[in-house]
Amino acid sequence: MTQALIYALTGAVLFMLGVRATLLRETLLPRLLALNVCGAGVFLIFVSLAYRGDSLPVDPVPHALVLTGLVVAISATALALALNRRLREMADE
Amino acid sequence: MNLTLLPDLLLAGMLIGLAWAVLNSDDLRRGVVLFIAFGLLLAIVWARLLAPDLALAEAAIGAGLSGALLLVALRDGSGGDQRSAKRSTLNRWLIDLFVLVMTCLIGWVLWLTIYAEPVERLAQLANAMLERSGVSNPVTAVLLNYRAYDTLLELVVVLAAVLGVLVVGRERRGYREPGPVFHGLVHWLVPLLIVTAGYLLWVGAHAPGGAFQAGATLAAAGIVLRLAGYDAAGLPDGRLLRWLLVAGTGVFLLLGLGMTVSGGGFLQYPEAWSGSLILVIEVAATASIAAALVLAYRGGRSDGWLLVDEKDKNREISS
Repeated sequence: MTQALIYALTGAVLFMLGVRATLLRETLLPRLLALNVCGAGVFLIFVSLAYRGDSLPVDPVPHALVLTGLVVAISATALALALNRRLREMADE
Repeated sequence: MNLTLLPDLLLAGMLIGLAWAVLNSDDLRRGVVLFIAFGLLLAIVWARLLAPDLALAEAAIGAGLSGALLLVALRDGSGGDQRSAKRSTLNRWLIDLFVLVMTCLIGWVLWLTIYAEPVERLAQLANAMLERSGVSNPVTAVLLNYRAYDTLLELVVVLAAVLGVLVVGRERRGYREPGPVFHGLVHWLVPLLIVTAGYLLWVGAHAPGGAFQAGATLAAAGIVLRLAGYDAAGLPDGRLLRWLLVAGTGVFLLLGLGMTVSGGGFLQYPEAWSGSLILVIEVAATASIAAALVLAYRGGRSDGWLLVDEKDKNREISS
């Protein structure tokens, strides 16, 4: 149980570090990095709650949710980067 | 102190330290490279928490493809404008206080959750029904059988994102021919990646792996091709590419509707067929995910490819 707690608390710290950086940074790319770190924190909380010691089988439901989340996160990142590129092009024109 | 906890504490400390370095580096390129390292470390943590499916996906997607997308965005010049934050000292203090309070609050809730009385979880149900699901990897069973609806909608999200990329972006300029060493590497790396993707796809039914890991590995092959000067990155053009992008969502949806018509209910697999149906859906999903990610890396539509009939529209405007 202690392992699960260590990683869950790490997840909470990562999430709030991400929130802090999102609030403090001004440009899009650092904010995108911060949101990705936020996401990693949430995933870590999910997976640590699915872990119930080395002897018990893990809960596959949060794992599947996180797997879905990873793909959604990279899709969102790709879209945000594309929008950012278009914005810069429009600013240059 | 219990010595068995030492590796976990080290990993957790390194994660937080790396995250801090990612978020507070003024040099964006360094931040992105550290973010890739962060993703790889996270993959180790997933393996530690008995989530090998996630470890594979994180190494391929979280570290590999995110890193590639961010680095290519830096190449576009997105990193040029680096205004430092103009928050007042009071604001910064308030933000730090807020972050501290929220971290303690979330930590407290997690503490209560983990040490609460164990309750009945979906895990028992998921593992009990495993032999009726058509696959023996519980994560794949959850993804493509019990909660297939979620995965269908997730493929729709990927499709929506790639449509957005296509609408706003044009293809980036390609890379020049690489030197002989890299060229030699490409010749055996790309086939290896394709075979690995096929293996991951097939093995996902009974061991860690599946459509997402396979799709990401296949996308990696496309990115390597593009870096080697093959501008199309292995993707077809025009109509075929459109079919490829909608294949995952389309096949999933059609099979679901087929099941409804044949009386089983939406995405209620007939038990004897579930294994094969899951594999068919996964093949289509792999192709679509790979195509979407490579297209995002390429940056959007190529010059020759018109999204709508732009010629007609221009004619209307000029007349």
